[in-house]
Amino acid sequence: MAEKAKVGCARPTGGLVGQSKETMEEKQGAQPSQEVKKMIQVGRPAPDFVAPAYHRGEFTSVKLSDYLGKWVVLCFYPGDFTFV
Amino acid sequence: MWNDYELAKMVAGGVPFPMLSDGGGKLGMAYGVYDEEAGVENRGRFIIDPDGVIQAYEVLTPPVGRLVAENLRQIQAFQHVRATEGAEATPSGWRPGKITLKPGPDLVGKVWEVWKPSMEKD
Repeated sequence: MAEKAKVGCARPTGGLVGQSKETMEEKQGAQPSQEVKKMIQVGRPAPDFVAPAYHRGEFTSVKLSDYLGKWVVLCFYPGDFTFV
Repeated sequence: MWNDYELAKMVAGGVPFPMLSDGGGKLGMAYGVYDEEAGVENRGRFIIDPDGVIQAYEVLTPPVGRLVAENLRQIQAFQHVRATEGAEATPSGWRPGKITLKPGPDLVGKVWEVWKPSMEKD
């Protein structure tokens, strides 16, 4: 499922699946203020993404669509050392 | 650091699920929980079903914490509804073992007969 990542100081950042850096930059350059944010909606597919992760002592990578067939709780929090 | 010094003391064996990094907030922006001005994620929680469909979400500003038990209750309710292929609905405060509703013409205007507000607290 998740591939192990090399340990290093520079960490790759995550991103949405199907949206490369280049296309995102192009979009931003062409119409910076025109971009309409897509709203999250219940009953609609969750945006797929890949993100660097830490799991059981290893740096790995997580892709949301790898979890199809399972229930997923996706939890965002503002800072480490805070509550949930 | 966080895992070693704080979480590890709360969960035996360490955190069992992957902890993701969202440097830059790209994921948070896609999910509508990233505060660009403050540069942090708000407290967002999404329940995603086996088809990859968002069934529920809750978003709070940072100072207020969530209720994990409510999260679990919702997952159990969504799993129950899914298991019945939508034939049953779970009324307010439903927990496993409590009555469910069977949506249909017979139930129209009669929810008040089968479900009372007090049942939410039982």
